[in-house]
Amino acid sequence: MTTAAPGISRDRVTIRFAGDSGDGMQLTGTQFTTTSAMIGNDVSTFPDFPAEIRAPAGTLPGVSGFQIQFGSVNIRTPGDAPDVLVAMNPAALKVNLHDLPDGATILVNEDSFSESNLKKAGYASNPLEDGTLKAFRVVKQPITTLTREALKEIGIDSGSKDRCKNLFALGVMYWLYDRPLEPTLEWLSTKFKKKPLLVEANHIALKAGFHFADTTEVFTSHYQVPAATHLPAGEYRQVMGNEALALGLTTAAQKAGLPLFYGSYPITPASDVLHHLSQHKHLDVRTFQAEDEMAAVCASIGAAFGGAMAVTGTSGPGVALKAEAIGLAVMIELPLIIVNVQRAGPSTGMPTKTEQADLLQVMFGRNGESPCGVVAPATPGECFTLAIEACRLALTHMVPVFILTDGYLANGAEPWLLPNPDDIPEIKVNFITEGNGPDGVLNGYQHDPETLARPWAIPGTPGLEHRIGGLEKWDVTGHISYDPENHHHMCKLRAEKIERMVVPDAELIGPEEGELLVVSWGGTYGAVLTAAEELRLAGKEITVCHLRYINPFPKNLEATLRKFKKVIVPELNLGQLCMMIRAKFMVDAISYPKVHGRPFQVAELVAKFSEVLSD
Amino acid sequence: MTSAVVQLKKKDFVSDQDVRWCPGCGDYAILNAMQRIMPELGVPKEKIVFVSGIGCSSRFPYYMNTYGFHTIHGRAPAFATGLKCTNPDLTVWLVTGDGDGLSIGGNHLLHVIRRNVDINILLFNNKIYGLTKGQYSPTSEVGTVTKSTPLGSLDRPLNPLRFALASEATFVARTYDTDLKHMQQVFKAAAAHKGVSFVEILQNCPIFNDGCWTENLAKKVRKDKVLFLEHGKPMVYGADKNRGLKLDGLALEKTSWEGDETPADVFVHDSTVESSVLATLLTEFTDPIPVGIFREVQAQPYDEALINQLDVAKDKSKGQGLAELYRQGANTWTVE
Repeated sequence: MTTAAPGISRDRVTIRFAGDSGDGMQLTGTQFTTTSAMIGNDVSTFPDFPAEIRAPAGTLPGVSGFQIQFGSVNIRTPGDAPDVLVAMNPAALKVNLHDLPDGATILVNEDSFSESNLKKAGYASNPLEDGTLKAFRVVKQPITTLTREALKEIGIDSGSKDRCKNLFALGVMYWLYDRPLEPTLEWLSTKFKKKPLLVEANHIALKAGFHFADTTEVFTSHYQVPAATHLPAGEYRQVMGNEALALGLTTAAQKAGLPLFYGSYPITPASDVLHHLSQHKHLDVRTFQAEDEMAAVCASIGAAFGGAMAVTGTSGPGVALKAEAIGLAVMIELPLIIVNVQRAGPSTGMPTKTEQADLLQVMFGRNGESPCGVVAPATPGECFTLAIEACRLALTHMVPVFILTDGYLANGAEPWLLPNPDDIPEIKVNFITEGNGPDGVLNGYQHDPETLARPWAIPGTPGLEHRIGGLEKWDVTGHISYDPENHHHMCKLRAEKIERMVVPDAELIGPEEGELLVVSWGGTYGAVLTAAEELRLAGKEITVCHLRYINPFPKNLEATLRKFKKVIVPELNLGQLCMMIRAKFMVDAISYPKVHGRPFQVAELVAKFSEVLSD
Repeated sequence: MTSAVVQLKKKDFVSDQDVRWCPGCGDYAILNAMQRIMPELGVPKEKIVFVSGIGCSSRFPYYMNTYGFHTIHGRAPAFATGLKCTNPDLTVWLVTGDGDGLSIGGNHLLHVIRRNVDINILLFNNKIYGLTKGQYSPTSEVGTVTKSTPLGSLDRPLNPLRFALASEATFVARTYDTDLKHMQQVFKAAAAHKGVSFVEILQNCPIFNDGCWTENLAKKVRKDKVLFLEHGKPMVYGADKNRGLKLDGLALEKTSWEGDETPADVFVHDSTVESSVLATLLTEFTDPIPVGIFREVQAQPYDEALINQLDVAKDKSKGQGLAELYRQGANTWTVE
């Protein structure tokens, strides 16, 4: 976005707010997003923050960023590169500068470019003066001074005044993109309800930023980004993946007529699921913050034994700790949902950064033959629908099912069309209240011929007293068995249960056969789809097959793979889905792996797909 | 139909599985005691669940004709917690051992006790690993020679009752496998307690640690080496009832006397005092070894508190359902 005539209209814009982790950048970004969504733009966001809660002020590790792409067109990613960077200090400038295309606009808080802050950011000279930024359009403003000036009449301490500077910057951006102030003003009034002086200060700072930009003409023009027209009619809100997931789990439990039990141990980036669910208690949601990951999953399995819709949530390190217990859930054939909000590993890795490298872990990371269902939402909003579907599969077949999301989906936001709960089908539960065997005894492992589900006889049911455990079971009776043939049979039966799951065909976007098929899964959806669309507009033959169900694979996958000359699998790991596809279908799929702890950029996918097409 | 209307007998609680413990194992007696008290609890058997981890003791649920869950090593407290939070109406017994409960499951045992989940925990203590064939356990004496410690174990042992008391257990008791009557008394008291009940059962392993409690429990010495705690009664023991414990400064000390009159300074046991200090002092004794109820205080169980929170939230929500949930805390807008 370079110098443009006044009143120019844009169909999409990407901006990034960056500052110290204490500067309120996540809040600023979230407010810009909410306001943009409320005036009808399509939006997609990417919060990017450090693992440290408050790294030393002014340092590079302390920089927190929030990127949003908003537009009048279909927005599927948070944008490759920002058109505008708001940098609240030198460290924020330094960390984000390499992502900016030539000609981008940078709004900086000039006040923060002191000698000591420059030093903390590792700048030998001031980049605002030494020509470092000559490729960009730099708008330097003393944001701290201007905020203090605006608030000089307000009776709060200077620290509190300085904390309003992000609202000043937000006001500037609201002017630049012609956004209303009201949604943020109202939000501030609610947030600081008990502190009227803080409401007033923040209101003044926001308005001051807006008016400052309007009267000083530091920007030559401002822009309109009209409302999107592709969004279906209805009532919307903004939703992040973790919140959508929590809403989906509660919905599923209600639709099954069961209490929801959520056992979890706090872990980034999954903790918000626990936080959200703990606010659903009025809908019979029982959250349990366990002493560790093992206790979290074991308590959930105990709840499943008792007849609850049982869920445990974590990230990859937690799944590693839960592995033994998940194997027990496979053996005792009880419904269980395991949420894995993936983050960059191995070990502690990069906890706040996104990755898709737990796929093989959830597929195979247990002792013995231990198959589980695996679903993977493609967007933040889809965490809702797939949470319901995962519960339905777990309850229908009496098996554990993984929901694989990631940090990008968990914290990313998009407009979400509010579902009508009445349109969501009920979920049938396999409770049994009378003996199903000879003389009315319970045959606890009598499997349904269609779904292979076993009956769910919960404690409290008279006459069905029985014992279960991790030892191998005789088919039908469920008694302990060391019989060799029976063990072979039961291992195959447990695998067959997963294969019997009815999952929808994979979505194909593009021609049904041809040159290049892109097979993607999970949170890379938006970037992959946008890249493929760009290439199709340029006349290239390219199709996307996006997988939301990984175990079992959709029935149309194999045939689809064979209809294309080339298959490429882009994923945020070192080629895990690609390995599964090559192994299962003997297809010579090309892997396009990346583990930067960040989502794919559209441009790099376009470049890679073009390269493969022209080979 | 509920089985509560029928008067149940011991045999109603015997499952169809053959009991597979070693001949002479103390676990047989514990199982017998448990099956005997079951009909007296007045709980329909479909509402009783035995949960266990891994180890010899953890086979217990298979032999009880109730609901049962043989889980994984050390984690039984977590399974029991999830189960009680789902259905607090159930009577849940947790069976564990010194290895399962105090080694691999030490963390879970601590937290289930701390939370005061309304379950009854039975810890069979034979100071050895049985099912893995005889390695030393967290309650083995220093110097225990086993397959994994041919020169003697180095670890200092843990006292299960002190562990439970330090974890804020609201009911703490000890009994032993060769006294059917005492076991039944203690089990019934544990069942009657609202909140977590922790019972250590001194148990013999005839194969890997035979005679591990004979120093105290052999018939010949038992009267002089065991102190039976009774609430409100002086701490008296000995074949002639002429020995006891008295408080001296911050310690309990042994005392003895001539004649039938118990001296006034013999300490009177009060299991209901809020402070766990006295109970902790008692755990230090091995000669005599105190058995019976050390501590019994009241506190709201976790599972009850959890259900109360749900009820309060339901009342406050005034019947709001999913449609309202989707809007909770969010700005909404309409696309025409």
